[in-house]
Amino acid sequence: MSPAFLFLLAIGLGLAGWLAGRAKARAFTRDSEPRRVVARPGYHAWFVAIWVALPLALFAVVWSILSPILVEQWVLASPAAQDLPAFGFQRQSMLAEARAVANGHAAGVFNPDAQALVEPFRQADRFYSLVGFGFALAMAAILGLWAYSRLKPAFTARVKVERAVMGLLLLASLVAILTTFGILASLVFETIRFFGMVSPIDFLFGLSWNPDPMANPDAPQGDRYGAIPLFWGTIFIGAIIAMIVAIPLGMMSAIYLTQYASSRWRKIIKPALEILAGVPTVVYGYFAALTVAPMIRDAAQAVGITNASSESALAAGLVMGVMIIPFVSSMADDSIAAVPASMRDGSLAMGATQSETIKRVLIPAALPGIVGGVMLAVSRAIGETMIVAMAASTAANLSANPLEAMTTVTVQIVALLTGEGSFDHPATLSAFALGFVLFMVTLLLNFIALRVVKRFREAYE
Amino acid sequence: MTVLHEMDEKAEAKMRARDVSVYYGDKKAIDDVSIDIPTKFVTAFIGPSGCGKSTFLRTLNRMNDTIASARVEGDIELDGENIYSSGMDVVQLRARVGMVFQKPNPFPKSIYDNIAYGPKIHGLANSKGDLDEIVEKSLQRAGLWNEVKDRLGESGTALSGGQQQRLCIARAIAVDPEVILMDEPASALDPIATAKIEELIDELAGRYAIVIVTHSMQQAARVSQRTAFFHLGKMVEYGPTDEIFTNPLEERTKDYITGRYG
Repeated sequence: MSPAFLFLLAIGLGLAGWLAGRAKARAFTRDSEPRRVVARPGYHAWFVAIWVALPLALFAVVWSILSPILVEQWVLASPAAQDLPAFGFQRQSMLAEARAVANGHAAGVFNPDAQALVEPFRQADRFYSLVGFGFALAMAAILGLWAYSRLKPAFTARVKVERAVMGLLLLASLVAILTTFGILASLVFETIRFFGMVSPIDFLFGLSWNPDPMANPDAPQGDRYGAIPLFWGTIFIGAIIAMIVAIPLGMMSAIYLTQYASSRWRKIIKPALEILAGVPTVVYGYFAALTVAPMIRDAAQAVGITNASSESALAAGLVMGVMIIPFVSSMADDSIAAVPASMRDGSLAMGATQSETIKRVLIPAALPGIVGGVMLAVSRAIGETMIVAMAASTAANLSANPLEAMTTVTVQIVALLTGEGSFDHPATLSAFALGFVLFMVTLLLNFIALRVVKRFREAYE
Repeated sequence: MTVLHEMDEKAEAKMRARDVSVYYGDKKAIDDVSIDIPTKFVTAFIGPSGCGKSTFLRTLNRMNDTIASARVEGDIELDGENIYSSGMDVVQLRARVGMVFQKPNPFPKSIYDNIAYGPKIHGLANSKGDLDEIVEKSLQRAGLWNEVKDRLGESGTALSGGQQQRLCIARAIAVDPEVILMDEPASALDPIATAKIEELIDELAGRYAIVIVTHSMQQAARVSQRTAFFHLGKMVEYGPTDEIFTNPLEERTKDYITGRYG
């Protein structure tokens, strides 16, 4: 009983309920006096359809989580499972193999011991498919009939349907929020495991980052996992170099677009900037690694800096800055445009020039919005991975020289998780701790940015 | 086409408009208006909504320049100098012809900085002392000094609507203009705040040429010495205020004043 089948069943039965409800409502609408029927037939139809389909869809979700667990328990309780190894990797892989064969995903088993489990899996699947299907049908029938029986001329189906629509929208918005909590929970769990092996003090304040997935996990680890060089690299590339590029260019383009550009220019330039925001970051990565980085190295060597690296923080930061320009410019654009025109007129009528007006009235008035935009851009920049992965390096380096290779938190996470390390080694787990720190920092930045932007909005409404 | 009354006072003209037409794109908003704005008097522009009186007011300090589609034909002179000539510096013009808007629009800065804004831009103060003096004098002339002297550091937007409008008037006075244009300065205010603004206009009248656009005929009658009646982009009648109100020569003026339309 796959969830997809249950969903199709929900749609099919919902449609049946819809048609039945409409037929009944049409009948009594025809027989009643006009205006005595509270809701039009369509609403009665939707009322029945919702009561049939929605619980069924929810059941499909729950069942898709529940049924594999039930199936596995059935299998484990079967006599064939008595010979399974008690713990660990081997047991899991045998179960997975047997499951794959039973579902038809694999032709045969690799481990002969797993063969005995295939048949119990098939039986369990068949049994629970029937149970799920039966339960779904029974539930749909009971709820559908109950809903159908409630349809009367005086029944306020319209209000009920309206409430269901609201519930559906609420559910949709909850999914995003719950996902955020889910991400956080998964990070926290692994992070706590990591901090069981390496002390948080060593991690947050240590100056040397040198994880070794092959090192003995039980030996003392503290001096290997000092994340300061990573935090510094992230801030240096994402928040300093990139912002030195993005803030002035973004601001100036926003000022040009809102204050100087004719509407025809604006129509051309604005979409062009927005296209810049839509370029995949991996493409920026090519550009940074293949064009900008060698250019910077050659330029540095031309002025006599012989040890310039071809993987430099500067290359990654510059390209990232260009990538961020549209974010800064569109937020600044919105905030400047939101300053009431009367403010600008007031200043111009005092005999201020256009640039005096921009500098002394418009930008100060729009500043909170601009700051909010910059903070969102920073949080975007420090979470950026591809450009740095391609143009910077994986060598953690605590240096203020932009021509040196540096690495960032995100690049290290990728490097650690794509390696060969096992999942309970501190080198792998440190990726989760890094992710957790990054998550908290960007969350904080976004939170502050939204607060700042909100205060600004209130000022003019 | 404009009916002109005999002007009994022999006032010299501060601003002189000749055959002025204003277009928004293809639409003609002002049709061939000629008027002399006397110095040291209050001139009121009245007329129904959309008659072009605000548009015409904004041509007097070239605020229409900020509207891309607006185009002005004809001549407007300030002390005999054409303000639409290529030699005219708009920035200088607006310092001489100040403006107060319909909705109070103080900058989101402190009260002090709102007033100091213009003098700073135009370099009118050589020292902090000078600037303090200008701020105090301007606020006093606008009748706001006693209410705000202890809180000059507070935001201008925190004042009440009437106080904000007087702050805007003080801001306009601070650059020592020769003409002050007021675009329905009291229409967003309650009757008490309105009365204060009208009182203020009376006091300022001896010092500046004031042009006020208003919807309220009572207000025009109370504060102005000259009244021009605008209708459908044309200036229908212009003369001393008491004559326009007691003895209008044009049928349309009479209808508007007696409340037949508008």
